[in-house]
Amino acid sequence: MPGDSSNVNINNKAAAQNTYDAIVVGSGISGGWAAKELCEKGLKTILLERGRDVRHITDYTDTNKDPWELPHHNNLTQEDREKSPIQSKCYAFNEVSKKFFVDDNEHPYNQTKPFYWIRGYHVGGRSLMWGRQSYRWSEIDFSENAKDGHGVDWPIRYKDLEPWYSYVEKFAGINGNKDGLIQLPDGEFLPAMEMNCVEKHVAARLKEKLNGRAMIMGRSANHTAKVGDRGPCQYRNRCHEGCPFGGYFSSNSATLPAAVKTGNLTLRPYSIVLEVIYDKDTKKAKGVRIMDAETMKTEEYYAKIVFINASTLGTASILLNSTSDAFPQGLGNSSGQVGHNLMDHHYGVGANGEMEGFDDKYFFGRRPNGIYVPRFRNISHDSMRKDYVRGFGYQGGANRGRGRSGDGIGVELKESMVEPGVWTMGMGSWGEHLPYYENKVTLNKDKKDKWGLPTLDIDCEFKENEMKMREDMKNSAIEMLEVAGAKNIKSFDNAPPPGFCIHEMGTARMGKDPKTSVLNKWNQMHEVQNVFITDGSAMASSACQNPSLTYMALTARAADFAVSELKKGNL
Amino acid sequence: MNRREAVSRVALLLGTAVIGAEFFLSGCKASDDKITTTLDFKPSDVAYLDEIAETIIPTTNTPGAKAAGVGTFMTVMVKDCYDEKNQKIFLEGMSKLDEACHKAHDKSFMSVTPEQRKALLITLDTEQKEYNKNKKKEDPSHYFSLMKQLTLLGYFTSKIGATEALRYEAVPGRYDGCMPYKKGDRAWAT
Repeated sequence: MPGDSSNVNINNKAAAQNTYDAIVVGSGISGGWAAKELCEKGLKTILLERGRDVRHITDYTDTNKDPWELPHHNNLTQEDREKSPIQSKCYAFNEVSKKFFVDDNEHPYNQTKPFYWIRGYHVGGRSLMWGRQSYRWSEIDFSENAKDGHGVDWPIRYKDLEPWYSYVEKFAGINGNKDGLIQLPDGEFLPAMEMNCVEKHVAARLKEKLNGRAMIMGRSANHTAKVGDRGPCQYRNRCHEGCPFGGYFSSNSATLPAAVKTGNLTLRPYSIVLEVIYDKDTKKAKGVRIMDAETMKTEEYYAKIVFINASTLGTASILLNSTSDAFPQGLGNSSGQVGHNLMDHHYGVGANGEMEGFDDKYFFGRRPNGIYVPRFRNISHDSMRKDYVRGFGYQGGANRGRGRSGDGIGVELKESMVEPGVWTMGMGSWGEHLPYYENKVTLNKDKKDKWGLPTLDIDCEFKENEMKMREDMKNSAIEMLEVAGAKNIKSFDNAPPPGFCIHEMGTARMGKDPKTSVLNKWNQMHEVQNVFITDGSAMASSACQNPSLTYMALTARAADFAVSELKKGNL
Repeated sequence: MNRREAVSRVALLLGTAVIGAEFFLSGCKASDDKITTTLDFKPSDVAYLDEIAETIIPTTNTPGAKAAGVGTFMTVMVKDCYDEKNQKIFLEGMSKLDEACHKAHDKSFMSVTPEQRKALLITLDTEQKEYNKNKKKEDPSHYFSLMKQLTLLGYFTSKIGATEALRYEAVPGRYDGCMPYKKGDRAWAT
């Protein structure tokens, strides 16, 4: 069967050329970290990326163009919408950044239930266009599965990850304040960005009127001070187009250059990993088989350890495709959990309102960050809810728009449109999605893509707990704006389908028991000890914080463990 | 008088070359036919859209929509960014607007005075505002709403609109969330 090494015809010379100490699959936020850590620890590492190369700065074309220099002044065309009906819905998809999103027609998937899968297939992956919000998880998050019985218990606790959060924050360059909150631990921060005067007012009112509720400055991976040769942030707010100043963390700006610097990295773009090759004699992965996306030729690469960082759905797809006599259900999938427990965050619900009394205040610069209201439900005895478990946070901010009325024609209209408008304060909520076994991704072998690979059937939904939480997410936003003194408050619930928050996770979860989980506490496959998975698929729950910082910390920790095991001769 | 002669006569009268002269030569017969019914916009269409846009956002102490090239911008947006439904509404709207002008002033939009243009567009603006009050999401757009939107969008994202009528900083370099504001200070373009 494919995947069994006994059937692989090995040309010794080719094998030698294609043999490394480590293979990393995927160059996004976690793959970049894996490559950096493994290379810095002296491992000859090949990084396989399914898409094209994107060179830092050089390939951020058009990001210095002003709106009038772009053919459609940064608006989308009909062709964009037809080529990328899903991607073009993403907030970060614009006339400049669209080259970083996949062509949906070339990369089909099947929505058993509505699911928007936003992807970037190129070196750097979605670390180029990501939202950059960076929050630690807390002890509450890691112990909650055990407490309320949803999903499986995390095999780690906050203290296990704490030093690794610090480690990755120092390199990644995260800005923020030390806010001293139990549900959102402080980190190693660059100077925080500033709240504007309206936000400061709102924060003070919430604290005063809602029993000390915190509204803090958002923490983001924008560099408010120089980090090595990166940055500082220039407050253009065009991050998702690639930053010519290296003003935010991405694989392209940070981890990959560090990996290259060691002399140990080989980057191979256009490398679609078809499967992990399993050696049933050693009970280890021997390497991976790839298809060159351009030439359609297959090739094999071999290594002592394999890190799979192909993204939650990509990683599940590779594992399910890697069948062998030993693993007919997919690599390391005796538990049957691979592809299951798919989560996202549910968001797109909140409120906004007008703020009076600040007409003599304006702002300078475009801050690529906002405010954050950390979780305040189900975190203490006096915040417990009877109608749902877990919690949610808010992102948002105050902004002074342009234009007074937009009414009329001629001089009056022009004059009204060149003045600043009213200040508005808006808050949108991000809620936890429980791990449900039946939310899953499976291979569809009847519908293949242009490389002959099965497409994915994605079957995922939000359920009762999320819907009840959502009511509170909306009502609490209204309540906070009322308390803040906002006028003309309007709530919204766009009800985006799962996937659209671009926080998909959970398809190869960590756990204590190999019967109910795929990875152990070191992100090591229970059943294949030289395979490590540290992207979103490893997550046993979703919490409500933006997850990328946690992927970074898990990756650095797993790489440290993997290399020490390798040195001990255990792998 | 054949068409070629007619064109030279107009040119002579205006003492200038006729923009979109090839349109006059293309064989259309009535003057109100000169507005395109396809996405194949001619210079005369751009000139017409420029005048509509200039009436919506006129030159004041800063240049108006015509100088900002909004006519051309509208044609690009309608061609590339509109769906078929809105393309049709926009193209038909170009003729409807001129017909409305004929009805009101017995002349084409290009031939009436700026005051007459403004009076006409105020009527159309009121009409679209009334229409939008009861418009459901799936109802077709009003053509004048589209023209007005495109004018505002095109003007304020043009170099003239962004840097002269508004303020623009390509690379702010810092953030100040409590900058003093006094009445009359212009808004930021982005």
